[in-house]
Amino acid sequence: MKAKVADFLIFDKETGVYREDPEQAVRDDVEKHYWKHVATNIAKDWRLYLMLIPMLLVFLFWRYFPMYELLGCFKVSDNVLPVSQQLFSGFSYFKRLLFAGDGLSTDFWRALRNTFLLSFYGLCFGFPIPIILALFFNEVRSNGARSVFQVLTYLPKFMSTVVMASLVTMLVKQGSLTTGMGIVSRFLSNLGLISFDTANAGLLNNPAYFRSIYQISGIWEGAGYDSIVFFAAIIAIPPTSYEAAQIDGADKWAQMRYVVLPSILSTIVIMLITRIGSLLNVGYEKVLLLYNAKTYVTADVVSTFAHRNGMGTGAGTGIAAAAEMMNNVIGMLLVIGANTIARKASNTSLY
Amino acid sequence: MKRKLELSELIFKILSYTMLCIFALCCLYPFVFAVSAAISGRSAVEYGSVVLFPKDIQFEAFKRMFGDNMFWNAYSNTLFLTLFGTIWAMFVAILGAYALSKKRLLFRKFFNFFLVFTMWFSAGIVPQYLNYLATKEVFNKMGIMDDKWLVVIAMGMAAMNIILLRNAFEGVPSEIEEAAIVDGATELQVLKQVYLPMTKSTIATVALFFGISRWNGYFWARQMISNQNEHPLQVFIRLRLEQFTDAEQMAGWNMPYASDSVIYALIVCSIVPILIIYPFIQKYFAKGVNVGGVKE
Repeated sequence: MKAKVADFLIFDKETGVYREDPEQAVRDDVEKHYWKHVATNIAKDWRLYLMLIPMLLVFLFWRYFPMYELLGCFKVSDNVLPVSQQLFSGFSYFKRLLFAGDGLSTDFWRALRNTFLLSFYGLCFGFPIPIILALFFNEVRSNGARSVFQVLTYLPKFMSTVVMASLVTMLVKQGSLTTGMGIVSRFLSNLGLISFDTANAGLLNNPAYFRSIYQISGIWEGAGYDSIVFFAAIIAIPPTSYEAAQIDGADKWAQMRYVVLPSILSTIVIMLITRIGSLLNVGYEKVLLLYNAKTYVTADVVSTFAHRNGMGTGAGTGIAAAAEMMNNVIGMLLVIGANTIARKASNTSLY
Repeated sequence: MKRKLELSELIFKILSYTMLCIFALCCLYPFVFAVSAAISGRSAVEYGSVVLFPKDIQFEAFKRMFGDNMFWNAYSNTLFLTLFGTIWAMFVAILGAYALSKKRLLFRKFFNFFLVFTMWFSAGIVPQYLNYLATKEVFNKMGIMDDKWLVVIAMGMAAMNIILLRNAFEGVPSEIEEAAIVDGATELQVLKQVYLPMTKSTIATVALFFGISRWNGYFWARQMISNQNEHPLQVFIRLRLEQFTDAEQMAGWNMPYASDSVIYALIVCSIVPILIIYPFIQKYFAKGVNVGGVKE
């Protein structure tokens, strides 16, 4: 707001000297009375600002105060005192997690790796399937049939994580003295894809299967719903484009390649970039509900690592906060980077 | 213009229908199986002969559950959290989004950033947990011992939903608002009589999002609600599943149903309300997402 010295003076060509800028007085006036101007505006429109207050308070209390608690990652090891009364010790927790080489540090590296891998596999397998589904939806010309398909495939998205995890647990559960194994386990072992003993021991107790179960249940849950945005892009293509391609002798594959794909490419790029941006946001609730001590090797992610250490009987809230701090800062950098690329690439910013 | 289907088109059409049928059936199967397993006889469930349709139909598992007071308690708690949680979230979101949609709002950029930053950076679950504990203490000092109200007020706000609403409000032509103001409408009247009716589908969508996330909410409800009588349904189901052991199964040796059936019956009961309202709103809401989500 502060005007530079040179702003006061303008060069007068006729006389060849500098003289004072007459408009500067107006600018000065606005600057001097800036807060008065703000106050008048707010007083006039006070209802509007009153409406804003509940939202600001909610976000302040339950989104920004936790960030203040996050500063606990810099404090001296002590679980009792609140953050404001702590001595700050710098980066000891970070050093401990990253370089100590003890069990905790190994666990953290494992959690970081698992977090990345779970979302990376989610990107590889979970991302293309909604696009393919949208292409299939587009083939169904009858509205009735299409809405039946849509209703059915969007449905799992509206089930809670608990219901989904309970169903998965029951479908692949271990066999015991009194009951047989879950039906999906039995199906797979009958097909010969997994051995009977593996299936009988329960797939969720076997670290080798956790990632597959996580991804497959993720696709089951979200693929239909995620296809909405691609389907919307596909039906926006004018029919004349197809007709022109047909006149030029394009068969179905050529139409896909030269009409559909270029039209939905920008949507695909935006969605891809969003996915890359949220690469470190693994749904912790689902992992928490599906994992157990036997599958920590492949299932433990940073959030669950923090959950065990900070909210259970573990290394304490300081360590947990430091772990989440690292995860979330990298996550934020990814989001901002992805958003910048999206803006450059397509002139559409997501936020 | 009626054209003969080319071979490649025919192949792709057949492929599409087949794959969609398979995928749709896969989506549906676990639910059908849950219903069948909940009402099948004990030996059929235990030896795994229930595949799709129920065998030796019994309703004892449902009866036992309906006779359980804790179940009804959990159900009413979930209804409470969903109802009041959605009302509170919509109240906050509509007012906030309306103010944010106005170009004349000073510091608009800052407020938007304040909102969007929470989408970029989240403090993580442990700091949130510590924060909730602190809030809980304050609440208890104020004499509110009921954790339910804390869950209603503190949880389930989503910046994305507010942005959806804001975009919808921005889409309303400002001439209509000006006309209303000329006619002497106050700010609240403008919101109630101009904006809300004109953005009905987005409002319904956002309310649906809030409602479903409340109905399905589990993690924070479990962390924050210490009194078992106040647990919502999702927590109730999960605790049942965790306590579910062979010992219980052995103990119930003379029951006509398998103990698995109780879990399945619980799952079925928790999804029935969503299944009932879902077909009515599904179309409506896909439209609302498109309208509200597009930002040029």
